[in-house]
Amino acid sequence: MIWKEILIRYGELSTKGRNKMDFIRRLRENIRHAFADLGHLHIRTERDRMFIAIENEAQMQTLVAGLPKIFGIQSFSPVAACEKDIESMKKLAITIMETFKEEQHTFKVEVKRTDKTFPLESHAIQREIGGYVLPHFKNLSVKVKKPDIELRVEVRHDATYMMAQVISGAGGMPVGSNGKSLLMLSGGIDSPVAGYLMMKRGVRLEAIHFFSPPYTSQNSLEKVKVLANELTKFGANIRLHVIPFTEIQVLIKEKVPSNVSMTTTRRMMLKVADQVREEIGALAIVTGESLGQVASQTLESLTAINAVTNTPILRPLISTDKLEIINLAEKIGTYETSIQPFEDCCTIFTPASPKTKPKLEKVEHYESFSDFDELIERAVKNREVYIFPKKEEEQKQDKFADLL
Amino acid sequence: MNNTIYLDNSATTKPLKEVLQAFMIVNEQYYANPASIHAMGVEANDLLIRAREQVADILQTEAKNVLFTSGGTESNNAAIFGIARSNTHIGKHILTTEIEHPSVLETVKQLAKEGFEVEYLNVDQHGVISLDELRAKIRKDTILVSMMHVNNEMGAIQPIYEAAKLIHEMSRAALHVDAVQSFGKLAVSFRGEDGPDCISISGHKIHGFKGSGVLAFRKAIRWQPYALGGGQEFGLRSGTVAVPQAVALSKAARIAVESLNEHAKKYRQWHDEILAQLHEYGEAVQILSTPRGASHILSFSVRDLKGEVIINAMQKRGVIVSTSSACSSKQTKTSHVVEALHLDEHYKKGVIRVSFGAHNTAEDIEKFKQVLAEVMLELKGEIK
Repeated sequence: MIWKEILIRYGELSTKGRNKMDFIRRLRENIRHAFADLGHLHIRTERDRMFIAIENEAQMQTLVAGLPKIFGIQSFSPVAACEKDIESMKKLAITIMETFKEEQHTFKVEVKRTDKTFPLESHAIQREIGGYVLPHFKNLSVKVKKPDIELRVEVRHDATYMMAQVISGAGGMPVGSNGKSLLMLSGGIDSPVAGYLMMKRGVRLEAIHFFSPPYTSQNSLEKVKVLANELTKFGANIRLHVIPFTEIQVLIKEKVPSNVSMTTTRRMMLKVADQVREEIGALAIVTGESLGQVASQTLESLTAINAVTNTPILRPLISTDKLEIINLAEKIGTYETSIQPFEDCCTIFTPASPKTKPKLEKVEHYESFSDFDELIERAVKNREVYIFPKKEEEQKQDKFADLL
Repeated sequence: MNNTIYLDNSATTKPLKEVLQAFMIVNEQYYANPASIHAMGVEANDLLIRAREQVADILQTEAKNVLFTSGGTESNNAAIFGIARSNTHIGKHILTTEIEHPSVLETVKQLAKEGFEVEYLNVDQHGVISLDELRAKIRKDTILVSMMHVNNEMGAIQPIYEAAKLIHEMSRAALHVDAVQSFGKLAVSFRGEDGPDCISISGHKIHGFKGSGVLAFRKAIRWQPYALGGGQEFGLRSGTVAVPQAVALSKAARIAVESLNEHAKKYRQWHDEILAQLHEYGEAVQILSTPRGASHILSFSVRDLKGEVIINAMQKRGVIVSTSSACSSKQTKTSHVVEALHLDEHYKKGVIRVSFGAHNTAEDIEKFKQVLAEVMLELKGEIK
């Protein structure tokens, strides 16, 4: 195997002053966590880049497939190494350039000679390797300024290192470097995307879901669990708080006029979420709301709903079109799960004509006849918590293993 | 019939114990309708999903491209009708071979009546098509090529992967492969872009159950559904999905593929041993199978002797073999496959097919060879 290590270039965090070491530490932990299956990784960090030592081909492939999902990485490059003699270096250069033989490219060789005892000088190495590689590949031509491919050669004390491929990372910031928020996860298309976008900005998430059996089925809950599990792909554990919401919804249906019942439902959800947020020490609440998408997402509705708390409510999709959201959902792999047609707590009690411009005073007035607070406290207390990524699916698979 | 030696595994096979067991358990525990939304339905559906994924993995496609059917005939019918009728905007030209199973031949005949143009590829004395002829016959308006992987009567193997490449290069046609006789015996899969577009499999040929089959696609293609109703199987084949059958087939398929190499080695050896014995009879016996063919099928013909005579004589001694195919064995006319091979008239009446399965042992084959010798001696006077 020619591979020696993977070089990782940090994203935006290269520019963040004093917190930088925190970010780097966070990124290293997230990488370790995402690749826990590979055993202990040897990761060396520097101010502007990070190196993961490669032990075998399989490990290399897993890393190359998984690193583009981890936030905080601008790009990364597999680095090969060989003996410090010019013949081995030429051979390795050919092997590396094989990757690019499909298309036309401009390229140049860039040499750094850290080990000054190496007999050839940088320019000489450059000429030797460039002159050897070029005739091997018909699709390559030399360009010194801004070539498509830079074959970088570094002669260090222990060996010669070489790389050419630059693979794009997910950008963003390491999950966890920007605190924790609570995501309201409905099971629809929008909320997982909102969660993803916040994770991209370094936010660690816990999720909350409102479950109203028997009006909503076990299927809809399973779907939400799958979505929560999907989000863990982006480099962090997620805890899902499932709130028993039936009691509250039934009371709303009884006591609040149907055209504002939706607003009240949302307000109660937010109250519950805010209590859970406080308990878990999260700083903000994240929703998948997009302005004007449905009756509850008009500015008037958002105002009436938002009135129950001072906690910052982050709405990363607020100005996004539905189609853009769908594209993102497809990209992150949550779309197929989201469109499974199961009733959720929002669809089942939907009134025929909800008010698009509810008045806050009126809503508060209607709510004042019932004691919701007690129910809210009970709902928060009786919530069930699931941790993802979860092995539950594997257990189910084992149940069928004998049959298949 | 306890001591009977069963060598007609290309007609059907005995289900494996573990497959039977899985079938019973699924019927007892996961009998709910997989389309139901209650917990039992969800559980049955989870099991169905797993069964489907397992088949998809084996064939190297995605689960959504795997349909469970009632067997090879349905799969073949559905593939051909479905592809032909939904691609008429490209053309109406269909290619197939002259040695297909009747479930393909009768289907393309029906399409011919509906105005499709059907052409047949010839086979050589080994039962194999010529890629040159295929190249010559593919046209811009060819929409479907249907080709069996292994012939059921004499074991010839068609070059389906080379054919796939050729077809995809030259036309927009889909290649349907009837893999009923080859699945579990040879490596069968879609192989990314390089393989067929559509594959038929039957459960009972791989020690699963009669009444179960698979129709699988390489990727979603333009295809017309044929069983309309509740929209099961992605809307392509309505009807409550038979979860126990699906699970049994999936299990049988996994076991068949896992033991493929081990069996192939055994079958090849038996094949060679029996061939060696048949060669001793010289002119009296003509061998239809070729060394290049599938190892689990061995067909031969005894000069001027009716197949039934030999079958009966062997059966009396406890060995079950068959005439060239079970489907056509009751018909009196010569099989279309035998006709296509252009055999000498003297050898057309008596084609015998010996086919091996997972339950056969080396002792079975010894017994068969011994019985064959006895029968040949007994019938010597009748062989001209």
